[in-house]
Amino acid sequence: MPEHGRSNVGRRRFLGYLIAAPTLAVAVDWTATQFDPQRADASVVTPPQPEDIYDLGDMQNDAAAPTSGLITVTVNSDGTASFAVPRAEVGQGMTTAIAMMVAEELDLGLDKVSITLADARPELEMNQLTGGSNSMRSMYTPVRTAAAIARQRLVATAAAKWGVSAGQVTAANGVLSGPGGQTFSFGELAEAAAANTVSSVTAVLKQRPDFKILGTPQGRIDARDIVTGKKQFTMDLQIPNALPTMVARPPTINGVPRSVNNESAVLAMPGVTDVAMLPNGVAIRAATQGQCIDAIQVIDVTWGPGTVDGLSDDTIESQLTAALPALTTPVELLAQTVKADFFFAFASNSPLEPDCAIADVRGDSAEIWGCLKVPIVAQGEIASSLGLPQSAVTVHVTEGGGSFGRHLFHDTAAEAALASQKMGKPVKLCWSRPDVFRQGRVHPMSVSRVQASYLAGNVLTYEQRHTSVQTDFGHGLGEMITATADKLPVAGGLTMSQTIFELTESSPYNFGVTNQSLNEVNLQFNTGSMRNIYSPNVVTAQELVVDQLAAKMGKDPVSFRQAFIKDSRLLAVLNKAASAGGWGKSMPSGTAQGIAVHSEYQGAIAVLVEIDCTPATVNRQVADAVTGPRVTKATVVVDPGFAINPTGLEAQMIGGVEDGIALALTSSLHIKDGLPLEASWDNYFYTREWNTPAEIDVIIMPATSDSPSGAGELGVAPAMAAVACAYARANGSMPTRFPINHDAKLAFTPYPAEPSSVQSPTDGLDHTF
Amino acid sequence: MATYSFILNGKQVSVDTDGSVRLLWVLRDLLGVTGPKYGCGLDVCKACTSHINGKAFNPCSVQVQDIKSTDQITTIEGLPATANADLHPMQQAWLDNDVAQCGYCQPGQIMAAVALVKEAQANGTTITDADLDGLRNICRCGTYVRLRQAIQDGAQNM
Repeated sequence: MPEHGRSNVGRRRFLGYLIAAPTLAVAVDWTATQFDPQRADASVVTPPQPEDIYDLGDMQNDAAAPTSGLITVTVNSDGTASFAVPRAEVGQGMTTAIAMMVAEELDLGLDKVSITLADARPELEMNQLTGGSNSMRSMYTPVRTAAAIARQRLVATAAAKWGVSAGQVTAANGVLSGPGGQTFSFGELAEAAAANTVSSVTAVLKQRPDFKILGTPQGRIDARDIVTGKKQFTMDLQIPNALPTMVARPPTINGVPRSVNNESAVLAMPGVTDVAMLPNGVAIRAATQGQCIDAIQVIDVTWGPGTVDGLSDDTIESQLTAALPALTTPVELLAQTVKADFFFAFASNSPLEPDCAIADVRGDSAEIWGCLKVPIVAQGEIASSLGLPQSAVTVHVTEGGGSFGRHLFHDTAAEAALASQKMGKPVKLCWSRPDVFRQGRVHPMSVSRVQASYLAGNVLTYEQRHTSVQTDFGHGLGEMITATADKLPVAGGLTMSQTIFELTESSPYNFGVTNQSLNEVNLQFNTGSMRNIYSPNVVTAQELVVDQLAAKMGKDPVSFRQAFIKDSRLLAVLNKAASAGGWGKSMPSGTAQGIAVHSEYQGAIAVLVEIDCTPATVNRQVADAVTGPRVTKATVVVDPGFAINPTGLEAQMIGGVEDGIALALTSSLHIKDGLPLEASWDNYFYTREWNTPAEIDVIIMPATSDSPSGAGELGVAPAMAAVACAYARANGSMPTRFPINHDAKLAFTPYPAEPSSVQSPTDGLDHTF
Repeated sequence: MATYSFILNGKQVSVDTDGSVRLLWVLRDLLGVTGPKYGCGLDVCKACTSHINGKAFNPCSVQVQDIKSTDQITTIEGLPATANADLHPMQQAWLDNDVAQCGYCQPGQIMAAVALVKEAQANGTTITDADLDGLRNICRCGTYVRLRQAIQDGAQNM
């Protein structure tokens, strides 16, 4: 049995199971009581807000406790080890980090570890959800435990064969060595070490100072496949007879097809094999995707209304503003206040890979392929819509070409399943680029009202009332909250969104009486989170107000933050960013620095940026693009607790900075009469080469913990906030509407609402270089 | 329906299809060559960037009937052979800088980078920040700073 209650987690023994299998297989029961990550201690003056003591990642870990299943590391006869991780890889480097954990505890080369993505496993229930920057935190100890037990078993097997004690056997780089110079490779012992019956075993994990792989910079395990074009995404899979299928879609969000008026003409088009009506469009299957697009140009559909017809940016914003609650925090009579209202436009969480899923639905079974971060929920709901038992639907999780929140939902897999059922044939259903922007998930528009009061060098109150179009959490997180409701340190009566807000948002400052809350307006948009949920907007409003407070109280933004930050780790990253980034250096007129801090998922981060708002830069011309102010340099200082892979962590920070730049300066959706105007990447202005800083310095602090914090989303909020603060300082006035170009004249000519997919050009040979 | 023929990664191939079908679908859906990615089909995202007779182009925007039987089409799968190596120097630079995140844009990024460097070399110039600013390939993971470093590194060995 494991020993509980030891203060030094590194010396605890962890429990696993030898599994009866042809070669050595070790499983762990993925329980939170055994594998609860350490939590950072924080000394606070302001009473801790819920996020400080119990955050979203903790909730996911605790939710895993009562129902977790077994996850298994296998040592194969060829000397490799394999592990099917119940998570999705969408570019964040999760599979590389997991491989490092296995390699470290097994004493096996990283190139000998194979990581695949597990199919939907209903018995894992809430353990198979990728999100909330939770994967590293939840898997770190269980995966290492399984690998450590496997190593221990290999050592014991070798010792028995050689007639020596286990203490005389060493393992290194996949080879076991005995006292007389004898050796076995792991592969040679993989069968001999296999168990005939299931038994429980414990092992001690390596201590951090002994790590050879964990904590060292490693390239991605899939990098070579990526650069040679071998890495397969859903669209690249060759499933027999799964022909390309695309969907003619309505001219407003969630419109419904009433009738197809020229079906026989469409079926007569080159390559077209099938036409089938779906709840929100008409699916067309053809020999090539291009012939699907051709058919979408021709098909004549009578459409019924959508769910947000008639709504546009201004009418939606009016509803949000009307729903802003009254400020309730009492302000002392003599105190002065800073008060501001902020606006954040709709944004698209689309990755570069358009939504795609493959479905092969037969009479009594179905097989689905898709990048699904919550595959069990997808499996259950797809089974229900097909009229099949859940066990009859096999769901394969494929690697995603980005996610940013999009793959929490299974909209495309559900559509593919219905299309396959109706056509009676396998389909590879792919959304077009306009579909993805216009009918896909969006991050909701929000407004934030902030008021802070100060007196005699102290900030006495900080109140932030965030009001948003409702965010959809109907992808499994809801069930998780219900299961853990008793443990959550938030008041009863909150909605699911309000609960998540309370678990993710907290002010890092000693600002006296601090109140932050969310309320929502329920409009029937297709919404979702977007590389973080509320933090980028909430933190940007907060940090702009912090800079205002500093100015009013006669302090520099950095020294003001130094005086009021609660947490020592956050103070340390702020200090480091200020020194490494050269805070306060002399800069030309029209350029400025901005700095912001953020703490979430047990990580602490500061971002310092330099921005160029001079006319020569702002007015530079690039065809079909938004130029405007340019961030010229960013310095990121991150304390991730323990950085499993510094190279991967740095990549996540770099991406977070580019996302923050886009959210602050260029990227948004404009809703007009129930449909976004954006339909291409030259309409939706994510950061491009002409917007990026040439230099992003990422500094990783020495480990402050034995376990990793969440990192995938951590950089976005402070980057967006730092850019906003820099923009305010360069221009001498605080921006309150984001992105800053949202209200400017549209930088593109919108494509018409119909046909819903745009025909491809034919002049590509005129643009070679 | 007609038969169209061209040289794909060093081999003559032919395919029966409609002449207006864009080359990207011929490659991906009919020939099973999936290195060039579909990101928009609008000649905007550049995820399908490949080479025609050594120059970068986007097959999503070229009809197969506009390709001549003698045209040399090179996709990411055929790039190493153009350098007579297992990996083209630009691919190696990508590995050295651990550029990729999700990887979806990277075949197109590499093909565009190779063409950009070859164009600069033909003009007797080196790659400038302005040249890099002119690349239109989107990386939605935002790994631009590593992309830029890798292009400079790869250029050194081309």
